[in-house]
Amino acid sequence: MSAVITVRLEKGSTSTVEAPVKETETRGEEELDLPWQVVVHNDPVNLMTYVTMVFQRVFGYPREKAERHMLEVHHKGRSILWCGVRERAEFYVQQLHGYLLLATLEKVV
Amino acid sequence: MEISREGEALRISDLDPFLAELLRQIPLSANPEGVSGAEARLFIEPSREKEICSEWKSYVEPELRRLFRSATETVAADLAQLNGNEKSLRNRSLRIPFEHADAWLSALNQARLVIAEKYKFSDEELNDHDRSPIGSRRDLGLFQVNFYGFLQEFILREMEAH
Repeated sequence: MSAVITVRLEKGSTSTVEAPVKETETRGEEELDLPWQVVVHNDPVNLMTYVTMVFQRVFGYPREKAERHMLEVHHKGRSILWCGVRERAEFYVQQLHGYLLLATLEKVV
Repeated sequence: MEISREGEALRISDLDPFLAELLRQIPLSANPEGVSGAEARLFIEPSREKEICSEWKSYVEPELRRLFRSATETVAADLAQLNGNEKSLRNRSLRIPFEHADAWLSALNQARLVIAEKYKFSDEELNDHDRSPIGSRRDLGLFQVNFYGFLQEFILREMEAH
């Protein structure tokens, strides 16, 4: 979108300048609104104590919360550890993979 | 075998040749090459979205490979204390500095995951800690997974106390 603005200068002279073009966001509404979630899946090899420690380290959760998530993974097969913007979620999944946990990034639907 | 805390380190002492050999096998066991499914387990896809997976493979996976390799190299360097002939392995001990604890946890985990993939152990097998004596390579693999898990538990406990 562009427009012409007329500017009145001193002594009655006029000049025209191009108004700046406004950049518009082209990302869809869906992409802007939907958060991403970090999901950890059950893995019979990883030790329960190890998984708890990883949750504490990566997310800074207190032990009780980390244990609750670990038990949810163990009993239900998966647990949502965090929810928010994609970049941060990717960062968390990378950290979890560094500890060899089965973690994925999912868009909330 | 005895594990104890010694200042800023853990000491595994009274190691018999068999357990010493299992420890020396950690870096080799952690290598996923030639083990079907192991590579896919260590470097899992982060999402169902192809675009994310493609970027991940290019930028994140090399970083993870470096991280895992660095951990096994640290462990291999510590294990050099066990080098020697069979006779000298008798009742040897191994000192693991606390600053290497994360590397040990990672290498032990890599090894456990690769071995579990190699033999495709079931959940029941992995939870059976009272298995009968080792009679096959598969039994030895399960023993290794359990032994490495025991070490992990001990390191975690000592890290927490530390």
